[in-house]
Amino acid sequence: MSVIIQSLSRNKFYNWVYKNLFSSWVNTIMTIIAVIFVYEIGTFFLNWAIFNADFRTNFQGELITDRTFCSKNISPGEYGACWAIIYARWDQFMYGLYPIEETWRVNITYALLPLAIIGILFDKLPYRKLFIYFTFLFPFIAYFMLYGGPGLSTVGTNKWGGLLVTLFLGVTGIGLAFPLSILLALGRRSKMPIIKSLCVVFIEFIRGVPLITLLFTANVMLPLFLPDGVNPDNLLRALVAVTLFQSAYMAEAIRGGLQAIPKGHIEAADALGLTYWQTTRKIILPQALKIAIPPIVNTCIGLFKDTSLVLIIGLFDLLGIGRAALADMTWTKLYYEVYVFISLVFFIFCFGMSRYSLYLEKKLKTDNS
Amino acid sequence: MTKIKSLFISLLLTLGVSAAIAGSHGSTHDLVKERGKLMCGSNTGLAGFGAPNDAGVWEGIDVDVCRAVAAAVFGDASKVEYVPTTSKVRFTVLQSGEIDMLSRNTTWTLSRDVDLGLEFVGVNYYDGQGFMVSKDLGVSSASELDGASVCIQVGTTTEMNLADFFKANGMSYESVPVETNSEADAAYLAGRCDIYTTDASGLYASRAGYPDPSAHVVLPEIISKEPLGPAVRHGDSEWADIVRWSLNAMIIGEELGINSGNVDEMKGSNNPEVLRLLGVDAGYGAMLGLSDDWAYNILSQVGNYSESFEKHIGPNTPINIQRGLNALYKDGGILYAPPFR
Amino acid sequence: MQTSLIRKIIFDEKSRSLLIQTLVIGLFAIFIYLIAQQTAYNLEKRGISSGFDFLNISAGYDISIRLIPFTSEDTHLRAYFVGLLNTLMIAVCGCILATILGFLVGIIRLSSNWLFRNIAYVYVEFTRNVPVLLQIILYYSILLSLPKIKQAFPIFNTFYLSNRGLFSPSPIFKEGFSIVFYSFIIAIIFTIFLKRFLKRKQEQTGNQYPIFFINSAIIIFTPILFYYIMGMPLEFDHPVLKGFNFKGGMVIRPEFLGMLFGLSIYTAAFISETVRSGIISVSKGQREASQALGLKSSFVMRLIIIPQALRVIIPPLTSQYLNLTKNSSLGIAIGYADLVHGFGGISLNQTGRAIEIMLIVMLTYLSISLIISLSMNIYNKSVQFKGNA
Repeated sequence: MSVIIQSLSRNKFYNWVYKNLFSSWVNTIMTIIAVIFVYEIGTFFLNWAIFNADFRTNFQGELITDRTFCSKNISPGEYGACWAIIYARWDQFMYGLYPIEETWRVNITYALLPLAIIGILFDKLPYRKLFIYFTFLFPFIAYFMLYGGPGLSTVGTNKWGGLLVTLFLGVTGIGLAFPLSILLALGRRSKMPIIKSLCVVFIEFIRGVPLITLLFTANVMLPLFLPDGVNPDNLLRALVAVTLFQSAYMAEAIRGGLQAIPKGHIEAADALGLTYWQTTRKIILPQALKIAIPPIVNTCIGLFKDTSLVLIIGLFDLLGIGRAALADMTWTKLYYEVYVFISLVFFIFCFGMSRYSLYLEKKLKTDNS
Repeated sequence: MTKIKSLFISLLLTLGVSAAIAGSHGSTHDLVKERGKLMCGSNTGLAGFGAPNDAGVWEGIDVDVCRAVAAAVFGDASKVEYVPTTSKVRFTVLQSGEIDMLSRNTTWTLSRDVDLGLEFVGVNYYDGQGFMVSKDLGVSSASELDGASVCIQVGTTTEMNLADFFKANGMSYESVPVETNSEADAAYLAGRCDIYTTDASGLYASRAGYPDPSAHVVLPEIISKEPLGPAVRHGDSEWADIVRWSLNAMIIGEELGINSGNVDEMKGSNNPEVLRLLGVDAGYGAMLGLSDDWAYNILSQVGNYSESFEKHIGPNTPINIQRGLNALYKDGGILYAPPFR
Repeated sequence: MQTSLIRKIIFDEKSRSLLIQTLVIGLFAIFIYLIAQQTAYNLEKRGISSGFDFLNISAGYDISIRLIPFTSEDTHLRAYFVGLLNTLMIAVCGCILATILGFLVGIIRLSSNWLFRNIAYVYVEFTRNVPVLLQIILYYSILLSLPKIKQAFPIFNTFYLSNRGLFSPSPIFKEGFSIVFYSFIIAIIFTIFLKRFLKRKQEQTGNQYPIFFINSAIIIFTPILFYYIMGMPLEFDHPVLKGFNFKGGMVIRPEFLGMLFGLSIYTAAFISETVRSGIISVSKGQREASQALGLKSSFVMRLIIIPQALRVIIPPLTSQYLNLTKNSSLGIAIGYADLVHGFGGISLNQTGRAIEIMLIVMLTYLSISLIISLSMNIYNKSVQFKGNA
C-alpha cells in the first residue's frame, strides 16, 4: 500500500517537474540558465550578508566600534557586510534622538500599535468591538506617551526620528486622511455643482503634482500663510502635506467603490424615505468601503513608502537617519549595509500590507459568490 | 430647528477660527520672552562652527552667538533651541518666523540684506572661499584647475563665486551640486569630484574629520570676501539691536580683557567702559529692553570672543585655524566693535 | 409662519442645495481672502519682495547636466527651461525603459517555466515594496563605487566607465550628412506606404509577404547606401583622459543613470503586474481558438492576445507613467538637476521668491500630468472596441 502511494506521489512530483521545468528543450535551457543565475546571485548575496559578514565583532574577535575595525577594511576582498553600523545606530534607527532614558515610552506605543490596528483589519475577531474602542482611544494614548503630558516629560518632535517618524507619518497620515477622503469622494459624486467642482479641483490638483512639492510648500510656505506665533513644527507640517496627499488618492479609491454600487440600492433607500446622510451612512458607505478596501490598502502602501521623502525637507525618518549615520566619518562608506537594512524594514511593512490586501480580495470574491 | 442652530454655530465657529488666525502680531523680543527660549537657526553640522557633540549638545562659535543672545535675554545661555538648517532653507526658515535668528556661517551680501528681507547685524568670522584638493593630484594653485569636477553646496554664494572665478580665468569645470556638508565630503572622498570648494573655514572643518587629513591640501587662493555673521528678520530693529550688541559685547569683552574667569573681579575695575559693560553703571541694559547685567551674563556664561574662538576652532583644536583676519584690530586683524557708551 | 419658510428652505431639496453651496463658496472665499491678506501682510512685514521680475535676472550658477546651452550669466527663466528639459528627458527615458522592462517581466511572470516565473515574482515584490527614493540613492551609491576617473574602465577602447559617468564618442556631422538623414526619413515614409500596399495585396490574394524583413532592410540599408555615396560625412570625437577629466566626446552622468535605473526598475515592477493581469484577462478560449486555426505562437501573442490585453493595460499604464514623471522630482536627493532641484531649489534660494517659484513648478507638473493623461486617453480610444457601445 505505502509503496503505491510513494510511487504515485513520486509520479506526481516527476510530472510537476517535467511540466514546469523540462517540458521542451527551450524550457530546459531556461531552467539551466535560471538555476545558474539563482545560484550565482544567491551565493553572492548570502556570503556577503551572512557567511562572510561581521555582526558585532570582526574576524579577530574585536568589538567593532568604527569602520576601521570592519573585517573588510582590515583585509579587503575577503569579507562581506559589516553590520556593526546597524548595532551602533540601532537606537537612532528606532527612536531618532529621543532621550535614551525615555525610549520605554516609544516601546510601549510600538507594542500597543498592533492592538489598535487589529480590530480594523479582521472583522471576525472575537471581542472586536472592544478592539475598535481601543483604536479610537489609541491616538490619545500615543500622543500622551510620545509627546508627554502630566507625569511625563515633554519630548519635542525635533527629537523624534527613525522608525518612529516613519510610522508616525504613515499611521497618522492614513488615519487622518480616511475621513477626509470619504468626504472628498462623496463630494465628487455630489449633485451640487459647486461642491463637486471644488472636490474635483482639489483631488486632481493634489494628484497632479509630486509629493515633494507639497512637502516643500508645507515646510517653507505654511508659516508665510499663518500669523506670527502660530507655528506648527516641522513634523506637523510634513503631516499636513502627507495627509492632504493621501486623502486625494484614497478618495479616488473610495470613489471606485461608490461607483460599483447598483443604483437600485439608492433608489430603494429613497423610496423608504431615508435622508441623504442616512442612505449614505447605512446603505452606501458600508458596501462601498468593503469593495474599496483593497485599493485603499494599496494607496496606504504607497504612502508608507513615500514617507521617506521627508528627508528632503530635513526630517530624520528611517532613511534620513541612515544617511546621517553614513555622514558620520566613523561609519562612512558602509552604504550597502545601511540601505539593505532600511530596504528590509520597508519591505517587511509593505509586503505585509500587500499580503493583507490580497487576502481581502480573495475574501471579497468568496463572500460575493 | 436644531439643524439650523448647528449650522449657524458651525458657521460662527469657522469664522471665529479664521478671525483668530488673522489676529495678533508681536515683536520678536516679546515672542522670545513669552516662549521662554530662543529659536536659533544653526548649521546641520559643521565642526567648530555649529554641530552637536557626542552628548548631543550644540557647540561652536556660531552657536556661541545664540548662547550669548539667550544669556542677554534670559540670563541663561542654555535657553536655546537649535533648528538645524541646510543652506537651501535657512532664509525661508528665518523669513517664515520659525527661528528668531540665524547664526550659521552665512555670508553678508547686499542682495541678502536688502532683497531677501534679512538684516545682518555684524560679522563673527571673516572668511573667504577656498579650494581643497587631494594631495596626489599635485595641484599647487587654483589656476591649474581647468576641466576639474567641483563639489559645491547648492544655494550658497560660493556657487556664484565659483562660476565667476572660472569664467574670469577662462577655465571650464563640471559642477557637482550637493545638499549638505556631509554629502559634499562623501562625494569628494568617493572621487566624484576633484575639488571641494566652500568657505576656507568649512574646508578646514571638513578636513579635520577625514580618515587621512594630511592627504588633502587647501589651496592658497582665497577667491572671495565672505564676512559670516548672524542675521535676523528685517523690520524689527529692537531685536536686531539685541543680537548685534550681544555679539559686540563678546568682542568688547576681549578688547577690555574680560573673560569668563575674571568677570567678577573686573566688576571692581576702575575703567569706566568696563563698568558700563558689566552693568555696574546702570542704564545701558534698559536702552535695549534688557536687564543691566546682560553683558555680564554673556561674558560669564559664554565668555569673550577669543575664548569662544580658541575653544572651538583655534590652533589647539582639530580644526586648527589661526586668528589671522579675525584678530582684534589692535592685534593686526580687522575685528572691531563700536564703542560701548 | 417664519418657521414654515425656513422649513421649506431646509427640506426642499433644490433650495437646500442652493443654500449649502452658497455657504460653502462663501466660506471658501473668506478663507482664501484671509490667507491672502495674511500672506501679503507677512511678506510686507518681513520685507520680502515679490513678483516675477526675478525671471529676467541672471542666475549666477552653473548646471552641468543640461540639454541646451546654459552659463551662469543666463537668466532664471532659462534655468527653468534647462530644468524642465531635464525633467522631461528623465521622464521620457524612464517611461520607455520601464515599459520595455515591465512588459518583459510581465510576460516572464506567465512563463511556463516555474523558475523563471518565480525569479520575476521575487523581482516584482522586492522592487515595488521598497521606496523609490531609497532605490535611487542605492543605485547612485553603486554608481559612485565604480572606478575613479584615473582608473576609468575601458569598453572596446571607445567607451569609458567611471564614477563620473559613461564617456562615449560624440558624432560630428560634416557637410552632406543631412542628405543621409533625409534619406532615412524618406525610407521610413516609403515603408509605411509599402506596408499598406502589401497588406492590401495580401487581403486580395492571400499571399503572405515578409513585410517586416523587407521594411527593416529598406530602413537600414538606404541610409547606409547614402552614407557611402556622400563620402562618409560622419566622424567621431573620442573622449581622451586629459588633466582632471575626459576631454571631448559625450558623457552620461551617474546622477542621470541613478535616476533612470531607480525610476524604471521601480515602475517596471508595477507595469509588469498590469501587463500580467491584462494578458490573463484575455480569455483562454481566444488563445485556444487561434491555436486551433494553426497560428504560430508568436502570432497568437502579437495578433490576438496583446491587442486585446492592451485595452486593459492602457489605463493603469497611464497612471504608472504619471507616477514615474512625478517621481522624477526626486533628483534633488542625488543632485540630478531637474526642475525641482535647479529652478525650484537653487533659484528659489537665491531669489527668495518661494511662492512664485513653487507656483510655477506646481503648475508645470500639473500641465505635464494633464498632457500625459490626454495623450494616453487618445491612444486608449484608438485601441478600445470599435462600434461596441
